[in-house]
Amino acid sequence: MDYAMAFLVGGVICALAQVVMDVGKILPAYVMVLFVCLGAVASGFGLYGWLIQVGNAGATIPLPNFGHALVAGILEDAAQKGWLGLLSGGLRATAMPLTMAIMAGYLFALLFSAHGKGNG
Amino acid sequence: MAQKRLGKETVFLANPPAIVATAAIVGPMEGKGPLAEYFDVVEEDTLLGEKTWEKAEIKMLQEATDLALKKAELKTGDIDFFLAGDLLNQIIAANFVARKISRPYLGLYGACSTMAEALGLGAMLIDGGFARQVLIGTSSHHDTAERQFRYPTEFGVQRPPTSTWTVTGAGAVVLAEGGHGPLVTHVTIGKVVDMDQKDPNDMGSAMAPAAAETIWQHLQDTGRRPSDYDLIVTGDLGRVGKPITDVLLKKAGYDLTPVYNDCGIMIYDTNQDAHSGGSGTACSAVVFGGYILRQILSGRYRRVLLVGTGALYSPTSAQQGESIPGIAHAVAVEAADVVD
Repeated sequence: MDYAMAFLVGGVICALAQVVMDVGKILPAYVMVLFVCLGAVASGFGLYGWLIQVGNAGATIPLPNFGHALVAGILEDAAQKGWLGLLSGGLRATAMPLTMAIMAGYLFALLFSAHGKGNG
Repeated sequence: MAQKRLGKETVFLANPPAIVATAAIVGPMEGKGPLAEYFDVVEEDTLLGEKTWEKAEIKMLQEATDLALKKAELKTGDIDFFLAGDLLNQIIAANFVARKISRPYLGLYGACSTMAEALGLGAMLIDGGFARQVLIGTSSHHDTAERQFRYPTEFGVQRPPTSTWTVTGAGAVVLAEGGHGPLVTHVTIGKVVDMDQKDPNDMGSAMAPAAAETIWQHLQDTGRRPSDYDLIVTGDLGRVGKPITDVLLKKAGYDLTPVYNDCGIMIYDTNQDAHSGGSGTACSAVVFGGYILRQILSGRYRRVLLVGTGALYSPTSAQQGESIPGIAHAVAVEAADVVD
């Protein structure tokens, strides 16, 4: 059941993004920004936490979860530190995946060289 | 007096220069396409042993110009002008090859229309008596273009069906006065046409009106009909742009269909995942220099109208909301015995 729900929730999020890209003729970078923002807004209304409960990895792996993590961190820090928490919470909560992305980027650039796509 | 003008935008070459040699070098994907046997060299790898794709593109353009000169039995010192262009910022492939060739050089940017632009200019230089031999070279590379105009290749972005695939390759042509080979007889230099198309994944639609405009103007100025040509070939409109040009010209009273083709459609098979077709400065250069010229030499085509098409697209202007201007230049190439 967990697998099925993860597949369903993750699939619906990705299908929505594909529809936005194809119908709206929006470039991929805009779609990414849009979905991070959507995740943040949904998080603010408490919807994304519910989505994670229902869909587990289906909701945590797609990009809107990054927006959710930012907002969740901000709310958490704001509760502890007050107004300053609005500034510190987002990056604190997402430090791990951001550092991971940068490190993995360096590591793979060291290990492998970029391949072209024109080799047929 | 401008005695060599014909109609509004066409020039005819009273002493038409000959295309004495061409060279067409392509990458591995083009080497698996339907025109593979007509290319002089098919590279095994898109890096050509270099460290970067830009260096590989420069090397490919260098090889193409070397080969064309060798076929024409000329040395770089015999060249009066070198006309070249590519898609990279500051046309670096052309500039760096010109550094080595070390002859008077005019760098051109007409996006994917550069081969036709250079052929027209080179022919006029020779016909005007300003040059005896002109060397022309253009190149493009899928991966250099991809990361400059769109996304890093590692990003793995989805390509919509309207998108084209930048040809990895380089083409070179040697034009000479009084030489043996097909002759450049007419040149119609195009105007920039912009129908407010903004989708950078659909260059074919952006260029199609410019192509139709230039072909129409050429036929008006010369008084020729499409059937006077064995082939009218646009540069890289692809499967999306070509039908638009066809329809626009039908509405203007010219039926191109029996003689009309597009280099971008010719260069790849439909199963090669190139979507709408090939594009890039090398596209028309290698299809013309590799395939079409051999067909003229073999007698299959007597008279060809090469219409180079360029999308004058810039990521900067696109980000600022500008549309994509298109341009097309037409060059008539005829077997020597067709011209009296």
